[in-house]
Amino acid sequence: MGKVIGRIHSLESFGSVDGPGVRFVVFLQGCRMRCKFCHNPESWSIDKGEPWTAEALFKKAYRYKNYWGKDGGITVCGGEPLLQVDFLIEFFGLAKEKNVHTVIDTAGNPFTREEPWISKFAELMKLTDLFLLDIKEIDSARHKSLTGHGNENILEMARYLSDHGKDMWIRHVLVPNLTDEKEGLKKLDRFLSTLKTVKRVEILPYHTMGVFKYDRLGIKYPLEGVPTPTEEEVRTAEKLLHIREGKEDKKTNM
Amino acid sequence: MVDFEEWDGFEGRLWKEEINVRDFIQKNYTPYEGDESFLAPATEATDRLWKELQRLQKEERKKGGVLDMDTHIVSSLTSHGPGYIHESMKDLEKIVGLQTDKPLKRAFMPYGGIQMAEKSLTEYGYTPDEELHKIFTVYHKTHNQAVFDAYTPTMRAARKNKIITGLPDTYGRGRIVGDYRRVALYGIDHLIEEKEADKLACGNKSMREEDIRQREELSEQIRALSGMKEMAKIYGYDISRPAKNAKEAVQWTYFGYLAAIKTQNGAAMSIGRVCTFLDIYIERDLKKGILTESKAQELIDHLTMKFRMVKFARPGSYNELFSGDPVWATIALAGIGVDGRSMVTKTDYRVLHTLENMGPSPEPNITVLYSADLPENFKKYAAYISITTSSIQYENDDVMKPIWGDDYAICCCVSATQTGKEMQFFGARANLAKCLLYAINGGIDEKSKVQVGPKYQPITSEYLDYGEVMEKYDAMMDWLAEVYVNTLNVIQYMHDKYYYESAQLALLDTDVRRTFATGIAGFSHVIDSLSAIRYAKVKAIRDENGLVVDYEIEGDFPKYGNDDDRADEIGVWLLRTFIGKIKEKHTYRYAKPTTSILTITSNVVYGKATGSMPDGRKEGEPLSPGANPSYGAENEGLLASLNSVAKMPYEWALDGISNTQTISPDALGHHIEEQKENLVSAMDGYFNQGGHHLNVNVFGREKLIDAMEHPEKEEYANFTIRVSGYAVKFIDLTKEQQKDVIARTCHINL
Repeated sequence: MGKVIGRIHSLESFGSVDGPGVRFVVFLQGCRMRCKFCHNPESWSIDKGEPWTAEALFKKAYRYKNYWGKDGGITVCGGEPLLQVDFLIEFFGLAKEKNVHTVIDTAGNPFTREEPWISKFAELMKLTDLFLLDIKEIDSARHKSLTGHGNENILEMARYLSDHGKDMWIRHVLVPNLTDEKEGLKKLDRFLSTLKTVKRVEILPYHTMGVFKYDRLGIKYPLEGVPTPTEEEVRTAEKLLHIREGKEDKKTNM
Repeated sequence: MVDFEEWDGFEGRLWKEEINVRDFIQKNYTPYEGDESFLAPATEATDRLWKELQRLQKEERKKGGVLDMDTHIVSSLTSHGPGYIHESMKDLEKIVGLQTDKPLKRAFMPYGGIQMAEKSLTEYGYTPDEELHKIFTVYHKTHNQAVFDAYTPTMRAARKNKIITGLPDTYGRGRIVGDYRRVALYGIDHLIEEKEADKLACGNKSMREEDIRQREELSEQIRALSGMKEMAKIYGYDISRPAKNAKEAVQWTYFGYLAAIKTQNGAAMSIGRVCTFLDIYIERDLKKGILTESKAQELIDHLTMKFRMVKFARPGSYNELFSGDPVWATIALAGIGVDGRSMVTKTDYRVLHTLENMGPSPEPNITVLYSADLPENFKKYAAYISITTSSIQYENDDVMKPIWGDDYAICCCVSATQTGKEMQFFGARANLAKCLLYAINGGIDEKSKVQVGPKYQPITSEYLDYGEVMEKYDAMMDWLAEVYVNTLNVIQYMHDKYYYESAQLALLDTDVRRTFATGIAGFSHVIDSLSAIRYAKVKAIRDENGLVVDYEIEGDFPKYGNDDDRADEIGVWLLRTFIGKIKEKHTYRYAKPTTSILTITSNVVYGKATGSMPDGRKEGEPLSPGANPSYGAENEGLLASLNSVAKMPYEWALDGISNTQTISPDALGHHIEEQKENLVSAMDGYFNQGGHHLNVNVFGREKLIDAMEHPEKEEYANFTIRVSGYAVKFIDLTKEQQKDVIARTCHINL
């Protein structure tokens, strides 16, 4: 084992919305995308974060194995986890020794077929049970205006995972008047239908709970005044993406 | 061996040879592994009665929290004529019996203390009866007066300065759970015969003080049993014989409980573990074809409605301690038997289902005795009820069963007690956070500036030294344990003498075992304070007299609630040290000492009385409740917090370790199926690691804020939340407590 140091933004012992079951969630530090609706802007900077070895991090994560049941495990998100592939190979290697279910939650931005990156990614993919892949926007030009980057390599990554038989959940953040355009969602749906290993598609309704962080960081919030989507808008988007068809969702007392 | 025709179809022998409800249950109950689809909705009668009761509850709130009060009648088993939810609907009530002659009318109970009873009246605009005042001041002594006759100056000072607090010296001690099932299984006459036999066998050879007391107590118990028969007769029932069907079994059991709440105003008046027992009768009737599921549910709904109506007259100062009119009518259900069979029956489902048929409610305090080995269907249904109502709590059957067997009940919030075999001496709690401040200041109270503790050498250095603080803390804790246990000895002695629970004790074995329940407040703040002193630098800020009144912390330090052994081990040390000191002291009637880490809502009042702490908590701020980590200390989410709490060994705190958590539904999963499964996973993990108790709230912070700002909204009328060992209607909390609940971590994910 090498001594690659991971840069960790924060840890959450009880994640239950980032992959199946109850999960230990590692937020890695650093992301190149600048999504306008990002709720973790403090995780952007590449050179910050707390240094951890894979051994120490896994030891900490494994304290929670009792809670994981048959479905849960570890999820790594960010920031952008694929900026720290070497670290993840070590970390997930340890997890797999103990048969822990592993998930990477990524926006796919670092993906490239160039060496040496792609070989390392292929190794990491073998240690990863499931990818949660965010597709922020299907149209590349719009994607660029939304995140600062085009999406060609992200779609490419989806195809790569599909070609290699790797399970994925596709996630799409729904922002009213920004990422909820009907044609776009239909186009996204058509793209997804070409993939063989999409196990689930999730709409993540845009929320404003991260806005205070912008104030704290002294960054102007780019979506000032944009409302959160209504339940109906979420339903409409879900319909367009063929989500939860036939399943009735009981209401909780939120 | 006795036999009754009412027992036709029941198996087993031992329970016929002796009073032994557990044996009856084990020989006759039917475990249920299926799901909730068999459950029946509320009947029309239930809907009508519940609607009327809600109307009365609304009226009660409008009148400032009290609908009606007795001023001229001293409550007893037979003091009142029959009472119903509404006279015109009395035929709809399948289970009958009220504390007084009218619904929600509070009885006058002076035996605990006449001053408190009268204060409860005057504060709500009622005038105490002059004759009764004379009787209970001139002719008859109350528990309260007796206690103060015996208190020492040190005890009074410790009480006044709130280093020991919440003591049951002005009202009933409660926490005694009669085995109310005995009334149904055996009938009163047989119970009297057994007690008569015990009395006959007592004091024959020698007549020591304890024999005299025993004979007197047994006479009191027998009188109470006769009184119960009279009480039932007022409602047209003869309970001298065993119950012959499900309706009678529910009614007889309730009469047993009604006898308790007519004669005692204890802080906690729990029901016990009745589901599996009642289910046997319901199953028998269902098989005979004389009962339908709908009628069975109706019996349980109507019984539950009665539990939702229990009221006591309390003054404002009591409400500040325990908000929202709680009575801890705790009903414990589920669990696994010693033989490994699940004790979940259909009636365990029916009790949870009352929260659907009649909506959320703080009472009865429904407690699921949890094990990862409970049937999956049941775990999911309980999780579903938690997610939709936030009205139930969970306690770890796997850690309690080895100690208490499989027929224990919960006698308040979190305290186990073996049904029919044990009673508890409730002893409130000692403020260990304040004790640490006494150690630093040489026994001078940081708020009143009075010398309360012993005049030990105070700490004089600018920066606190861990070794020195620990040495002084140990010595001060020794003093506190002594004055605390001695105070409780006085209270329990006088309670036995002047406010004896004859009705409840009549339904327990004569050679009852006693536990001596002490408690700890300020747990997390002591841990974090000691951690700060050890791992960071803590500077003492002194006033003009040299008294330390505040602290400045330089640097970071590990905090309890993050699964960090450096902090959590201090908690383990604290618990072991405190219970160790308690165990050294003599306890009244040689009761077995236990302790709890539990504060209920009193954490707010205790906090007000406690100065600034070395962990950064400022003077007057609420203490964190129960064994919960401090506000804002949890950095890694719910499970890290649960892991910290689960490290506290239950065996050292047999009275319970309370933990309250609030989870946003969004953070629990995307839809209800996921949420149910994730909540079950979290609880399996926590309880498998030995965690003792978990209050589960599922709602967002926004809902709390809205409920605080708009308590008048219909949707919040019954909005129930769980706080440290009990449930309460959120709108019944004081504003300060509401803010405290909101400020506490709500586990959300971004």
